[in-house]
Amino acid sequence: MTATLTSQPRKPKAAKRFRAFWRRWWHQLTAMRTALILLLALALAAIPGSTFPQRSISTVDVTAYFDEHPDLAPWLDRLWAFDVYTSPWFSAIYLLLMISLVGCIVPRLRVHWKALRAKVPDAPQRMSILPYHRVLDAGADANQTRARAVLKQRRWRTEVREHEDGTVVIAAEKGYLRETGNLLFHTSIIFVLVGVAAGSLMSWYGNRILSEDKAYCNNLQQYDEYGLGAWVDETDLPQFCVTLDEFDAEFTNGGPTAFDADVTYETTGDGGEVESGEYDLKVNHPLNIDGTNVFLIGHGYTAVVTYTDRYGQTQTLHQEFLSMDAALNSEGAFKFPDVNVDPATGAVDPDAEVGFDAILVPTFDDSTAMLLGSDPELNNPVLALTAYTGDLGLGDGLPESVYSINEDQIASGELEQVNDDVEVIGVGDAMTLPDGTTLTFDGVEQYAVLQVRHDPGGPVVLAGAVLLLLGLLPGLAVRRRRYWIRWNPDGTVETAGLNRNDFDGLDEECDELTAAIAPDYEPPGPSTDRSDQ
Amino acid sequence: MTGAEVANALFVATIVVYAAAMFSYAVEYAFDKRAPKRAKALVASGGGGGIDADADASDEAPTEAPISPAAARGAGRLGLVLTFLGTAALLASIVVRVVYTGRWPWGNMFEYTVGVALAGMTTWLILVTRGSVPRRLGLFATFAVTMVLGTSVRVYTEAGPLVPALDSYWIIIHVTAAICASGILLIGCVFAILHLLKRAHDRRVSDGKPVRFPVNIAERLPDATALERLTFKIHVFAFPLLTFGIIAGSVWAHLAWGRYWNWDPKEVWAFIAWVVYAAYLHARVSGRSAKANAPWIAILGYAVMLFNLTAVNLVFGGLHSYAGV
Ligand code: HEM
Repeated sequence: MTATLTSQPRKPKAAKRFRAFWRRWWHQLTAMRTALILLLALALAAIPGSTFPQRSISTVDVTAYFDEHPDLAPWLDRLWAFDVYTSPWFSAIYLLLMISLVGCIVPRLRVHWKALRAKVPDAPQRMSILPYHRVLDAGADANQTRARAVLKQRRWRTEVREHEDGTVVIAAEKGYLRETGNLLFHTSIIFVLVGVAAGSLMSWYGNRILSEDKAYCNNLQQYDEYGLGAWVDETDLPQFCVTLDEFDAEFTNGGPTAFDADVTYETTGDGGEVESGEYDLKVNHPLNIDGTNVFLIGHGYTAVVTYTDRYGQTQTLHQEFLSMDAALNSEGAFKFPDVNVDPATGAVDPDAEVGFDAILVPTFDDSTAMLLGSDPELNNPVLALTAYTGDLGLGDGLPESVYSINEDQIASGELEQVNDDVEVIGVGDAMTLPDGTTLTFDGVEQYAVLQVRHDPGGPVVLAGAVLLLLGLLPGLAVRRRRYWIRWNPDGTVETAGLNRNDFDGLDEECDELTAAIAPDYEPPGPSTDRSDQ
Repeated sequence: MTGAEVANALFVATIVVYAAAMFSYAVEYAFDKRAPKRAKALVASGGGGGIDADADASDEAPTEAPISPAAARGAGRLGLVLTFLGTAALLASIVVRVVYTGRWPWGNMFEYTVGVALAGMTTWLILVTRGSVPRRLGLFATFAVTMVLGTSVRVYTEAGPLVPALDSYWIIIHVTAAICASGILLIGCVFAILHLLKRAHDRRVSDGKPVRFPVNIAERLPDATALERLTFKIHVFAFPLLTFGIIAGSVWAHLAWGRYWNWDPKEVWAFIAWVVYAAYLHARVSGRSAKANAPWIAILGYAVMLFNLTAVNLVFGGLHSYAGV
């Protein structure tokens, strides 16, 4: 019997408790203090992203970190140290912050919406409790029409109330823009985040090293590196091709001062119509092709060499080099997998492949003992070469750096180093190998590093950021305050003011208002007005 | 002399003049005995009252002081004149650099730091001339700015041309905003420290504990509440500027690097600084205990700014590294 009696009310009680529990948590989450802690937590959580290399920025650096710290790196990786900004813990903090933000904005919007339409409240019975309070003597020249005009002209929102005992109160309030701005500001943070999220889902990019007189087209196979957002399909990429007609780098005192790439582009629309144009591509001056931007983000040198094999056959190679430092000392490799083929028999000797590890020095100074130069300009370019013969290991299907000779092949003895000392040759010179074959250094060309990026989230983020700033200014600078003026039945007039935000200058402003309404009112000096507090 | 030499001479003159100004303020700060008397008048609630530069002047000359209050105030006036002079010399030094290099003067870390010093001192002079802050506190402002200038010498770089990525009008917009925000926040940080010092001082006095160095410095400081309000106002002024600087930076990053946000170390730490300052603004309206801790958050914010300027440039590298030394 007791069971039936108690079990009935228990259920709603549990539900109630459950609801109360959530309500309490919701209150916690949307409390200002929680926002404060979450903000500080977010700041803290962002730090590791600057101390560990990030995959989203440079996979090369991450790989290097793994090589340097083979024991530690896998552990760090388990903690998402190399993907901080997409890690669960970072996401958790900002998602909580966003929920807290929404939970904060929605009720405030409601309150503000009401406040915007509500009447300004009446003055309290005892106006002297307010921080600003003045009593004008009976017979003071303060008429209501003037008061209304003055307040209206200064854009105060006013409310006139006539009480039964003959008291008349004008209540005025100003500074609603503060909360409007504040809400706009907080809302725009969500906007910015939506833009960022849209960007990570719908954007794509590709990096491409392009030598002079070369062209490439916008498909993934032709990029050196690329990334697609989760919602982007390879076939969605717009069709266009870009040719680098000429690249110019200007240097002053050993430092670059201008990069200039003349490009020609050709787009193919959905209907197959072809359009083309020319563009002067510079740093800070991207080319926009139907919402896809082509940026010039770097440059480097391309070495041109000709190899003459045992049978007198020649092969010319244009090989891009990667710069190693600010003086553009660059590293690269020349690989000739299909040389030394007897033209008479066509017999391929797999051990007669030739490769060179090389360093390109733009300005070689032979008065010093140093190989590397300190000037990025092409004043005396040389190649420092180490030759290898044997099997380059290109056919094994493994991905392979084009900038260096495969070290595994050297280690396994499949490739044999030819010269013990590095051989340095200038433009027009040749290195002769023991078998009589030669590598001639024909010259140096330039290449540009292009980045192609399409990010539909970008404009959303920018709009959000501009709104954020637009909301922030009034949200911080405007202050909300109230002012009352009351005509008492005994003929005295009282004025009072209240600051609803913590700021200075209330007394001055109210005194000025009082003086404008009652011209014979003389504001007291600043030292006395605090004595009555 | 070449343009660079003139600029450098003016730069050295600035440091010397600021050091002299600092000394003059120190004399006023130590020997103008009116100061502590006034604190009472400044307890303001709700509206009203910043720090009045000149309230009641009851010149009860302390017998033991070797310098009379009047002479001390004279020293303070001299300090202010020297501060103006030094700032003019600093501005001239920057202008000469502009003429000499023919470009906007924020091209490397040295120039950036000098800009921050100029912005900080200018903020201070505006506050003093508006009467928002007593002149004798110039001691702390000139000290902070001189430290910044002194540090900048360590990263001195010959004025040279700009690398291509910096060669854009966005350098004017983005870097100027960042410099102004850093300069103003520097002064804000000074006030936060002074407020905390004064608070510690008041607490010791009301607990009847002895007041020792460095807390005893606070004896002549204005009222703690007034210092806190000024700290807040300065941060309120600087925060939108900082926000704008970061937004402008990301617009520029879009143009120069092809991506508006790269989580480059400089960007990470700017983000951190922004979030910390947002936390400061929230702390101030989140109840009593959070408000009491707010000045610490403001100081943390500036520590982050300084870290971003020094350690990130010198240690971390990244895309911003050419703006480094
Ligand atoms: C991404 C997170 C947030 C950021 C970056 C942020 C930033 C800011 C900034 C810069 C201000 C200064 C404007 C002012 O003082 O009027 C501010 C004010 C304010 N924030 Fe936030 N906020 C965030 C989240 C929140 C959350 C979750 C809440 C609610 C709990 C909140 C409540 C407020 C309130 C009530 C003010 C007004 C303070 C005042 O009237 O002075 N904020 N916020």
